[in-house]
Amino acid sequence: MPLYHNDDQAMLKDSVAPFVAEQAPVSHLRKLRDSADATGFSRDLWAQFTEMGLPGMLVPEDHGGLGMGHMEAGIVLEEIGRNLTPSPFLSTSVGAVAALAKARGTQASRWLPAIASGEAIVALAIDEGAKHRPDRIATTATRAGNGFRLDGKKSFVLHGHVADMSIVAAKTDGGITFFAVPKDAKGVTADPRRLVDSSLASHVTLDGVEVDADAVIGEVDAGGEILDALLAATRTGAAAEMVGVGQGAMDMTVAYLKERKQFGKLIGEFQGLQHRAAHLYGEMEVARATVMKAQQLLDEGNEGAKLMVSVAKAKAGRAANLAVREGVQMHGGIGMTDEYDIGLYMKRDRALAEYMGDVHYHIDQVARMNGY
Amino acid sequence: MSELDAFRTEVREWLEANCPPEMREPIRDEDDVCWGGRKWVFKNDAQKAWLEACVAKGYTVPDWPKAYGGAGLTPEQTKILKQEMKRIKARSPLDSFGIWMLGPALLQFGTEEQKVHYLNQIARGEIRWCQGYSEPGSGSDLVSLQTFGEDKGDHWVVNGSKIWTSYADKADWIFCLVRTDKANKYQGITFMLFDMESPGVTTKPILLISGNSPFCETFFDDVKVPKTQFIGEINRGWDVAKYLLGHEREMISGGGAGGDMVSIGGAFAKSFGKNAAGELDDPILRAEMAAFDVDVFAYRAMGERFMDMWKTGRAHPASSNMMKYVGTELNKRRHELVMSGGGSDALEWDSEESKGGARARSWLRTKANSIEGGTSEVMLNVIAKRILDLPGA
Repeated sequence: MPLYHNDDQAMLKDSVAPFVAEQAPVSHLRKLRDSADATGFSRDLWAQFTEMGLPGMLVPEDHGGLGMGHMEAGIVLEEIGRNLTPSPFLSTSVGAVAALAKARGTQASRWLPAIASGEAIVALAIDEGAKHRPDRIATTATRAGNGFRLDGKKSFVLHGHVADMSIVAAKTDGGITFFAVPKDAKGVTADPRRLVDSSLASHVTLDGVEVDADAVIGEVDAGGEILDALLAATRTGAAAEMVGVGQGAMDMTVAYLKERKQFGKLIGEFQGLQHRAAHLYGEMEVARATVMKAQQLLDEGNEGAKLMVSVAKAKAGRAANLAVREGVQMHGGIGMTDEYDIGLYMKRDRALAEYMGDVHYHIDQVARMNGY
Repeated sequence: MSELDAFRTEVREWLEANCPPEMREPIRDEDDVCWGGRKWVFKNDAQKAWLEACVAKGYTVPDWPKAYGGAGLTPEQTKILKQEMKRIKARSPLDSFGIWMLGPALLQFGTEEQKVHYLNQIARGEIRWCQGYSEPGSGSDLVSLQTFGEDKGDHWVVNGSKIWTSYADKADWIFCLVRTDKANKYQGITFMLFDMESPGVTTKPILLISGNSPFCETFFDDVKVPKTQFIGEINRGWDVAKYLLGHEREMISGGGAGGDMVSIGGAFAKSFGKNAAGELDDPILRAEMAAFDVDVFAYRAMGERFMDMWKTGRAHPASSNMMKYVGTELNKRRHELVMSGGGSDALEWDSEESKGGARARSWLRTKANSIEGGTSEVMLNVIAKRILDLPGA
């Protein structure tokens, strides 16, 4: 498979890009932020996403979705990134779908169609501290009655306070087990915190939460593969969104270099800025290729996907971070103002960079996967 | 079985029968690489047999037409041949600036007569070519070159000097940019071809920081060049030169720019030792190597995407400049890490254990990567101007 979008994918991009740019440009984010919106995204917009069939892109066709791949989801995520659009797409339509589709079974049959129809928002309760350490899950699930009792604390749960269901990773006797914990379950408290990018992420407390045995996603103790699928999909998705954020910031900045005058010249005439912009272009192109490669390997079910996913999250993290830092610096004073959008790109990049493992985490993973 | 599968089987059998075992060993010394030419002395019978077998089959230039000494393979077939050669670790039968640089220019700009004559010579490894581009006063600003060919009716008389002519002291012929009109900067250069044994040509190797002398300074003192020996049009040699530079960057981009595209940390894990957790026993160096590995794997994906897009006309025409810039900077970084990983062993300059200072010399050699074929700074200028469309660039 060549590493560029095929005709169908190009058509998808041609319909999604103007849709997101028109319906949810940066001003949409500003409106939610300035009205202190308590949901974290617009349900009207999500209904429009649903009309386009987007929430169920990755849902298998036999569960009411479109059965598309990560390459296609990446096209949507890049536009979401470019427009800083708040939406539950990454957690619900990418991460949760990957986990449920991997697990199959009762919970998959129940939730996948609901995601595809836009009815269900699903949150991912994986992290437990300020840093992403999925190999150290301490939340416990102990057998109780017909089912399990969940105890622990989760953090950085995007949309956790409004999700219809949370996918909770917990330790069981022989490994990791995933549970579908519904919104109204007794003993669950979601404490939403406003983050730097105006999104809402919850600290979720599980205090003796009792769930039935059929709340298990997949099999008991066999959550390792589900975790891998969830993480690979979400990380690749976050990387794709970061490519959009970086590209959006770079485009804005290059445009600014062509209009801002100082010393009687367009600042884009100065070689000091030209070289930095050209270097950034190279980094963004490499990041884009890397993310596409990860998407392609995931879609093929290739065993090399895991390495490339970490490479993509790290590389996109580095490149987008460079794009937003150079963006603010090259905009000068105006880049520091709230009124101008470039700062919002910097904020979103920071949140995405942290999500599901930051650059340093994934660089370390790459070393481990190469035997050092 | 598809046609390509059948071709693969055929190639496999041919290689098995024709590639001598010695030619499947890793390259150890400089003369393990066969450059051909009038002065070439084969290192052994195997090297000679391998070249001759490939010449007979057209495999020194597999994708060139058969009439010019190639095998007329399609891009897919060429890829398969390369894969199969790589699989058995076969050495290249013939390395040559004729194949990499002059050939593509001839295919694009040469007359039929020139193609038949020169391309066949190149394909057979009979003539070793060198490239006369840079001059002492014309490096990045190549178009300011001053070597002058005075029109004498049926020939030019060429005077001047070239620098960084790779292996000029070993080459048979030179392809050379010569000013033929002093009034026209861009449209006053002719792309000439002439014999290095012509009276008035002298070469002087330049000793580099690596201790090696792959480059020469080349002097022309009243060198007569017949007015049939040029490519393209008289005074339009800059078009040929630009095409060739573009091709060179594309070639570097498709292959060598990033150097050895494998994990660097993995390579050091054995010699370096690991701690109880199985990590390279130097946490900061490990981190730098891992960060480098991320960039290597990322650039590998970029190379794949670049070639896929380039071949199908989807790539920005200037994107090979970005590839060269990113790749060569990456390779320089690799060799800095190789030196750090090697410690004091890597400093040894001529010991047997260090294979004659191989690591140190390679490290120094890579510093030229971002200078030759267009400096990194020129690449960034081109990206700024042609891709980002920045003003006044």
